[in-house]
This record gives sequence, C-alpha cells and structure tokens, in this order.
Amino acid sequence: MRRWWDRVGNWLDQRTGIQTAVRNFLYEDIPASSGWRQVFGSVAIFLFLVQAFTGALLAFNYAPTPGDAYNSLRYILTELTGGRLIRGLHHWGASMMIVVVVLHMLQVFLYGAYKKPREATWMVGVVLLLVTLAYGLTGYLLPWDNRAYWGTVVATQIAAQAPVLGPYLARLLGGGGAVGVVTFARFYGLHVLLLPPATLLLMALHVYLVRKHGVAPVPGDEMLPAKKFYPQQVFKDTVAIGVVFAVLFLMAAAVRVPLEQLADPTDTSYTPRPEWYFLFLFQALKLFNGPLEVVGSVVLPGMAVLALILVPFIDRAQMVKVTRRFAASAFLLLAAIGWGGLTAAAVLSTPKEAQTEAVDYSAPTDWMQLSPEEMAGVAYFRKENCIACHVVGGHGTAVGPDLTKTAIHKNAAWMIQHFKRPSAMRPGSSMPPIQLTDAQLNSLAAFLLKLNSNNATALDNTPEFASEGALVYHSNHCNGCHVVNGVGMKVGPPLNGLSKRQSRRWVEDHFADPQKLVPDSIMPAYKLSRKDLENLTSYLFALPD
Amino acid sequence: MPGRRLVRRAASLFAVLAQNPNKSGLPAGYDGNVSNAAQAPSGQDPTRRNFYVGAIYAIGAVISAALGVPAFAYLFFPPKAQISDDWIEIGGVTRLVPNEPLETTFRRNRLDGWKVISEKSTAWVVKGADNRIVAFGPQCTHLGCAYHWDEGRNLFLCPCHNSLFGADGTVKAGPAPRPLDRYDIKVEGDKLRIGKLRQSGANEA
Repeated sequence: MRRWWDRVGNWLDQRTGIQTAVRNFLYEDIPASSGWRQVFGSVAIFLFLVQAFTGALLAFNYAPTPGDAYNSLRYILTELTGGRLIRGLHHWGASMMIVVVVLHMLQVFLYGAYKKPREATWMVGVVLLLVTLAYGLTGYLLPWDNRAYWGTVVATQIAAQAPVLGPYLARLLGGGGAVGVVTFARFYGLHVLLLPPATLLLMALHVYLVRKHGVAPVPGDEMLPAKKFYPQQVFKDTVAIGVVFAVLFLMAAAVRVPLEQLADPTDTSYTPRPEWYFLFLFQALKLFNGPLEVVGSVVLPGMAVLALILVPFIDRAQMVKVTRRFAASAFLLLAAIGWGGLTAAAVLSTPKEAQTEAVDYSAPTDWMQLSPEEMAGVAYFRKENCIACHVVGGHGTAVGPDLTKTAIHKNAAWMIQHFKRPSAMRPGSSMPPIQLTDAQLNSLAAFLLKLNSNNATALDNTPEFASEGALVYHSNHCNGCHVVNGVGMKVGPPLNGLSKRQSRRWVEDHFADPQKLVPDSIMPAYKLSRKDLENLTSYLFALPD
Repeated sequence: MPGRRLVRRAASLFAVLAQNPNKSGLPAGYDGNVSNAAQAPSGQDPTRRNFYVGAIYAIGAVISAALGVPAFAYLFFPPKAQISDDWIEIGGVTRLVPNEPLETTFRRNRLDGWKVISEKSTAWVVKGADNRIVAFGPQCTHLGCAYHWDEGRNLFLCPCHNSLFGADGTVKAGPAPRPLDRYDIKVEGDKLRIGKLRQSGANEA
C-alpha cells in the first residue's frame, strides 16, 4: 500500500513537481523568534475558506432577487436541515474574519514588520482589509429584511456624498437615490463574483511577498539559527485555527442570527443600524453637521485609509524591539480608545424602539396565524407549565399524553370539564386540576384544539410579548369590537396591518385617550400598565398584514 | 506489554514538551546537526515531530467533519415542509365510459422550494370493465414523454419510442421499463378526487 502510494506520488512529482513545491513551501526557514504571535495570517486564510464554503452552500438554496431572497433565506433557516447552522457560520464567520484580520494587522504594526523591504506586503494587506469590509457591506443587504435594506440605504447615501466621485458611485451602486433591484443585483454580483477572485489573487500576492522577504525577524534573531515552518509553526497555526473554529461553531450553533421582517421601503419608523464593525463610522457621522457632514462620512475615513496604506513610509526608522516602540503603541492605544468610544457611544445611543423585541423571522411563524383567544391559551399553557407533564411536538416530559395527538379527538366542553376535575373525565388521571376561570379555560381549550403536529412549533416560537399581549387583548375583550386574524366583531377597524397605518407612539397614546386622536371614536380609554401596553402594542404590530 | 510501552512513550513525550526550549539559548529541538536536516528537515526529535504532525491531522479532521456533516445534511436531507395531501376534485364519474380513457386536466398547488406554485397537471382516467377507476400520470415511464390514447389499437401509445400500454397501464410493447404511474384516487359520491402521484413498481400488474 505504502509503496503503491509512493509510486503514485513519484509519478505525479515527475510530471508536475507538486511534491517539491509543497516541500519548498513547508520547509521554509522562519526566524527563531517566530511563534504564536504569527498565527493570525493563517487563521484569516482559513476563515476565508470557511466563508467561501458556507457561502457556496447558501447560494445553492438562495434566489438573488429582492422578494425571493428573503423567502429563500427563510426556507434555508426553517426548512433545511443544518441551514440555520450554515447561515450562522457564514454570519459569525464574517465578524470573526474582521476580528482576526485586525489582530493580524495589530501584530504586524506593533512589531514594525511593515518596514523595508516589506512595504508592499503591508499595502496589499491593507487592500485585503478593505476587501473584507466590502464583503461585510455587500453581504449585509442580501437577506433583504428591514435591517439589511435600511442599513444599505444609509451606506449608499454616504457613498453618494463623496466629493467629485459621489454621483458616479451612486450610479454604480444602482442607487439613483433608492435601493432596489438594481442595487441588489450589483451587491450580489460584487459579493459572489468579483470579491472572491479578487481576494484569492490578493492573498496569493500577499503570501508570495511574505515568502519573498521571509517572515519579519525581530532584533536578535540573526544570532539564532532559523527554524522550519513545518511542523512546529504549522502546528501552532493549526491549534489557533482549531480554537477560532470551535468558537465560531459554538456561536453559529448557539447564537441565533436574527432575521427581521421583509424589507419595507415605506416603513418610516425603522432606525437603521450598520453591522458592529461599521458602528464607529456611523457614530462619527453624528459629530459633523450640515455641509461638514461630508468630512465625517468621506474625507476622514478616506484619509484614515490613506494613512494606513502609507504607514511604512511614515515610520521608516530601524526595526527595534516591540517593547521600545512607544510611539506606535501610543498611536495604537489612541486608535483603540477612539474606536471603542465611538462604538460604545453608538450602542448606548441606540433608541429604545430599535431594541424593543422584534419578531424573529428566522424561525417558523405559525403563531401569527392563531387568534388572540388561542394565543392567550399559549400564555396559560406556559403559566400552568403544562409542558412539565405533556409532550408537544417532540419535547416535554411524557408523563401525560402527547397533546398534538390526543387534543384533536376531543371537544372544548370535554376539555374544560377535564381541566377542572381531571379524574372525573379520565379515571385514574394523576393530573392536578387547573385553577383558572371558565373564560381562561376556554382559551386554553381553544389553543389545544388548534394544536397539531404541524403547528406545534408555534408553542416554542411564540415570543413572550405576543402571548402576554394576547392575554391583555383577550382579558379586555378587544374582540368585542375588533377583528384579528379573521376573528372578532367589526365595530372598530380590523387590527391586522396596524403597523402599516400608525406608529407605535400613536397606538399607545390612542389606548390612553382614543378621542384625543380620533374625535368620533367610540372606543373607551384603557389604563394599562406600562408592561401590558408594550406587550399589547408589540403583539398588534406583529400581526400579519 | 503494549500498555506499558504507551505509558513510557507518553512520559517521554511529556518530558520533551516540558523542557525549557531556551535553557541552552538554542531553539527547541535544535540538535546542531545540519546534515540531519536533510532527512528530517525540521531538525527536531521524532517524538515531538510526530506529535505536531498528528495534532495537525487530528485538528484538520475534526474541522472537516464539523463542516462536512452539516453540509451533507443540508444538501441531501429533504426539506421539513409539511406537504398537505389535498385532494383535488377533477369531475364526475358518471361521464366515464368503461375502457375509454379520458384525458383530464386540473390545477394543483405544489411546494417548490420556498415557493408554492400553481401548475397544470394531466391525468388519464380510466374506468375498467369491473367499474374500478384508475388515474394514470401523464408521462411515459421510459423517458417521460407525453403519451396519448390510440383509439385504433385501444392502447396508450408513446410517440417517442413507441412504448405501448394497455388500458390497465401495463406495458404491452416498447422500451418502457414499468407500468404507468398512478394517482391516489378517492370517489366521493359522484365526485372523483385525485391525490398524490405514485411511482409504479417494475413488477406490478
């Protein structure tokens, strides 16, 4: 077996020189001081490969046009096995890529590894950083939810402000003032057609330059014999890659990447937020007003990029030990404080509306189809902790029967009697009686009658605000005048699509004093607690149109 | 005993890893023997080198599996979508004449990935001599061409490669490998309802 394998290797090597090439690559000399601090470059290449792999997988089930983009992404998240994990890897991988690339630059900067003759290596690296950011910018639009849409509106308008080039950039990005199908197509094209080959070429050039000049030594290295890249340094790189991948995998598996509602260009209440690594730019913009705005949006970032490219020409002194590089360390500290401060300010100044619980469209949203009475049943189901004894949709404890299977064979009257005195209806039942009023038991029964194995996910995915809001709705008998999901009286206006007609603020004020806002309204005023008011409004705003 | 040897190897590995690489002022594993570098180019002792190489492959394998397994599930497992078995009414049964197949078109909604599409389908409905009703799928089981009823021969004829099927769907001639596919059907009073199309087996009558 071994000999056969060797023969195949020799044959290939004689024709292609592959073994020699790999050997030359692996047994490269590196300075004696090399070690853990040089792992970031390899990790960045690894993360790029992960992005390429997961990106290709996503593209297999993704339709790159605005309306379909959103639906196909929901399909990936809710219908496909592993789809959520793969999107998580791609989403968090992007963030990690930024972190690792910046760490890589910090290391090079701190050690002065960009100095002569490695200026070109550094400059190619800066371009790679810009390309990485371009992925972030273009990829942000592709889910086509509200977050994506409004974030991109801001970004394209910033590009349009650029002196001289602004109008051309705006036209190139397809945004003649608006983000639409053209912008979407161009962003997608950039993201999957132009940027990846550009990255590969730049990476090859970058690695070639690193190899040409060798890994930068530190003062004192020349006294020591050089080491080989393989296997010790490759081992360290691989361990770092393993750690980064473990963190990435855990994040992808455990941290849910939100998907908001389908992009709505008419939504006037949405507060756009860019991705975290662009927040500092977003915040810096607020420091400049009126005609000076272009300074914050284009001039300053442009100068920063230029300065970054020119770093090797600004600092041309001899290479010294990292502990003696005071100026560089001080500069780095200032930059870190500036970036951290602006980012923190942006996070703190995020208005409360942007933080109120948004509906998570990355999970099935069957719960939206339930009537308020059934939804209130979900709240009672949770309050009474029925899941402690019953199985619903594959989980729960199997002390009592699976409610997706049994409930459909019963009627409401039977259930309500059973809730009150379980053993009277089912002799031998160990279920304790439920201490709720008849009206409350009614809505619990209404929910259970609706429950089947297809919509059992509704129980898990109903957000807290929706079940609590429906509870408020139900207990105040709002259905006596309003229709929700086709259930209720038609005295007042139907409440589906309320979010399209009124602002949150208006609705909350309207509860307190309807006649102030609608003079001929016959709706009584409702004095609700702050929490109830928020839940009820969030619930009504989450209803399907 | 192999167990003892394993312990000894582990101990020596630990000893190598624990030694302070800078004690002698030389990098770890440097043995000063330049000629040796040609054979083991890293110039390190073999135990330590084996550990490095083993770890590189192990971590690589774990990462490949962590990406490969979900990718396989993602590409090959069917979507979780609940496809509702709706029964579509395609007309009355009284108009059927025994052994005279009737081509019936109907619309049905089908889940295609993330989209529900409404598409036109065709069924050949046949009432047998024993009054049993069957509905055949519209495609020849050979290469999927549309066949038609040849009244002269009283057979279904596929024009592509001249496959012939009887009114009961069985292959009479030609390259078709199995009988015509059948729809699930339900008769409710006078109404004929049509369900899923099921692939016929090769040995079915």
